[in-house]
Amino acid sequence: MTSLINRRCRGLIVSILLAFSNSAFAAVMDLRPGVTDISRRILQLHHFSLAICVVMAVLVFGAMFYSMYAHRRSKHPKPADFHESLLVEIIWTAVPVLILIGLAIPATSALREIEDNSNPDLTILITGSQWKWHYQYLDADFGYYSNMSTPAEQINNLEPKGRNYILEVDNALVLPTNKKVRFLTTSDDVIHSWWVPDFAVKQDAIPGYINEAWARIEVPGLFQGQCAELCGKDHAYMPIEVEVLPEEEFDQWILDQLLAIELASGQAVADRARTWTLAELMDIGQTVFIDNCATCHEADGSGQGSTYPALAGGEIPTGPMQTHIERVMSGSVDTEMQAWAPQLSDLELASVITYERNAFGNDLGDIVQPLTIFESR
Amino acid sequence: MAVTADHAIPNRSPLIAFLSRWLLTTNHKEIGTLYLCLSFTLFFIAGAMAMVIRLELFQPGIQFAEPLFYNQMVTMHGLLMVFGVVMPGFVGLANWLIPMMIGAPDMALPRLNNFSFWILPFAFGLLLSTLFMEGGAPNFGWTFYAPLSTTYGPPSTDFFILGVHLMGISSVLGAINIIVTIFNLRVEGMTLMKMPLFVWTWLITAFLLVMVMPVLAGAVTMMLTDRHFGTSFFSAVGGGDPVLFQHVFWFFGHPEVYILILPGFGIASQIIPTFARKKLFGYHSMVYATIAIAVLSFVVWGHHMFTTGMPLAAELFVMYATMLIAVPTGVKVFNWVATMWRGSMTFETPMLFAIGFVILFTIGGFSGLMLALVPVDFQYHDTFFVVAHFHYVLYPGAIFGIMSAVYYWLPKWTGNMYDERLGKLHFWIAIVAVNMTFFPMHFLGLAGMPRRIVDYSLQFADFNMVASIGAGMLGMSQLLFLYIVVKCIRGGEKASSRVWDSAEGLEWTLPSPAPLHTFTTPPKFPTPEEDYQHE
Repeated sequence: MTSLINRRCRGLIVSILLAFSNSAFAAVMDLRPGVTDISRRILQLHHFSLAICVVMAVLVFGAMFYSMYAHRRSKHPKPADFHESLLVEIIWTAVPVLILIGLAIPATSALREIEDNSNPDLTILITGSQWKWHYQYLDADFGYYSNMSTPAEQINNLEPKGRNYILEVDNALVLPTNKKVRFLTTSDDVIHSWWVPDFAVKQDAIPGYINEAWARIEVPGLFQGQCAELCGKDHAYMPIEVEVLPEEEFDQWILDQLLAIELASGQAVADRARTWTLAELMDIGQTVFIDNCATCHEADGSGQGSTYPALAGGEIPTGPMQTHIERVMSGSVDTEMQAWAPQLSDLELASVITYERNAFGNDLGDIVQPLTIFESR
Repeated sequence: MAVTADHAIPNRSPLIAFLSRWLLTTNHKEIGTLYLCLSFTLFFIAGAMAMVIRLELFQPGIQFAEPLFYNQMVTMHGLLMVFGVVMPGFVGLANWLIPMMIGAPDMALPRLNNFSFWILPFAFGLLLSTLFMEGGAPNFGWTFYAPLSTTYGPPSTDFFILGVHLMGISSVLGAINIIVTIFNLRVEGMTLMKMPLFVWTWLITAFLLVMVMPVLAGAVTMMLTDRHFGTSFFSAVGGGDPVLFQHVFWFFGHPEVYILILPGFGIASQIIPTFARKKLFGYHSMVYATIAIAVLSFVVWGHHMFTTGMPLAAELFVMYATMLIAVPTGVKVFNWVATMWRGSMTFETPMLFAIGFVILFTIGGFSGLMLALVPVDFQYHDTFFVVAHFHYVLYPGAIFGIMSAVYYWLPKWTGNMYDERLGKLHFWIAIVAVNMTFFPMHFLGLAGMPRRIVDYSLQFADFNMVASIGAGMLGMSQLLFLYIVVKCIRGGEKASSRVWDSAEGLEWTLPSPAPLHTFTTPPKFPTPEEDYQHE
């Protein structure tokens, strides 16, 4: 009879837990299982420690609430007189120690596996900078920048927010399934932290350091994360998107990328071979400006105080052209103004500098050609 | 310097008299009042900043605060709550209570006491002035990690550094005063193991302060020289190390969080026995547990830095040491429950806040234990789970502790009873609002919301809205607290000297309100009434 009740109880508890973990609600209030062996082990450890805490809480708070009810003055007018018991003190020191050992064992074994960064199949160098990620495929010798692609209109509540609001990027990191992928993280400026919850990977990107983490992803799909360390103004707008492809597709993707790089360098030669008109450059320049510069200098070039100077009538955009080109290409040391030469093509740089010298009422009439940029590199 | 409050010049205007009384006072009760007023004022300022934060997070998108301003609010809220509200609040309580509890006429070093208080308005003046500066206030979080705060910090960072230095000087001087007072001015017969627990926890807190505030001073000094004098302590470009900053900061920072909670433990240990009408269970183990927590707090700073790339051995050591803290903390909680067990309890406002403290602090302790497990911490770290954790420890912990102390001793300070009905109302609003604000943050963090972000993706919208509504309630409930305190100061039912029928301790042998100068002749200890329950 008791075993039947036991079994029923267990069945009930299991079904409640299952219903809970399957409901849509659980998706936004608990850790997700993720797509790696490690992420599932972490979830188990999380549930195990949570369960211990809940049991302890029920016991301690249960005793407390019972006491508050049964030992209130109206019901229990004469207080007892005890105030010491060595035995009880020893018990409630020793029992928690045993529970903690029970927690430390699975935590230690999981941690040892997490910290085993040896024998990777593929290595990605991830460099954080304000406020974007730079991914380099060290084995294939190429890389690219990954910027948030949510438009400013959605952030400023001028347009309805999309499903992937502030979690979407222009160029996602692409990874293969079932390979041990090693992530090396570092930073160009302040400390960032590269975090994808589904891989259970969170590793600080620290200037001057190269940190390691790894993941073996089991299923293809699109996975999202965010920068987890306060890194300045647009910390909230530094998402991570990872597209995981089956192995063969990934190999093909790498070949496609190498081909695209070759094509782009051919295009760059063609771009600097011709002379561009002001209208053409202004057109391209505006897009480049909105995508890269407007977050600090504002779309109308009005800037934000002394930290992010105004470009409208600004000292540099209305000053000598060579200084302007240098500032945009090399940035300004120790400020958020970064070097754009590695991030933008000759045409993009030429057009954005032309744009800054002619937009916002600056109207200098100057034109910067891609060839000039090429020669300044 | 010859002019003191005792040598009043006859024909001074009332304003001058008022100013010189409070500026020059060396009386522990008046200085205690000054500390508490400063703490209360900054509580509303830092609380208003929290309201800005929650208002911005009410919905996704940018509505009220631009990102840079939001970061300033996050930073200033943290700095002010830690250094401006909780620490001065506890020092104010120490000033009022420690001399009265140990039968001393005043603090051992009264002029130093005056000095340590009057540094603070200037420190916080400096800090608050940065809000109006070009480039804005500090915007790098209260933990001010390099290089965000050094190379990339706004110009106002230097004012912040000077402000932190001043607060540190004030804290160290105050702590020295407390240590010296406790060691030298105890009434005859009060051995260390007979001291009230509030005095014990403050003694240990004061030692922590003396040991770690200089470390903080070192950290900000290195920042200053990095910013202006060409050093590279924290800059990798010059051969320095950004992670060194975190080690130094958290070597201060982790004992600091115990500085923010240990006096609260002492307060609960004073109040719960009074309203349970039963002696504190396990006095000795309470003392030893507090010492154990303080000692362990020096070897666990690394648990704030698991994602910085620590080696496996260091991670394991820090994890085990951190988990170990659960043992003495558990002992304290069990002792409080055992104190209540088979007592004869009533639930006046101080008791309600003390019970709220024990329960909600314990919830914060549980999440702390979970955070100690390194593998799971990789998922929790820098998310709202951490925000939920430390607000559970600090709001219903430190702040509820201070509030329950204020309700408990206010009749002794003012001679009037506070309005019990309003006090209970304050408690019930606060406890609902605290949980409504901070409990959903656990879910947000687990679901993947990073902390310190001005804007969030859409799946976090519901819980953020709940938290913001709770925060609004919580903010409003403090206006009620202000009203209750002011009303009690202005008048009310006269309090007896013992105030609470079974309160123990020397302070209750004094009349209410406590006269300006007390125990000019040492009292008898233990007092005859102390044996009330054995009669």
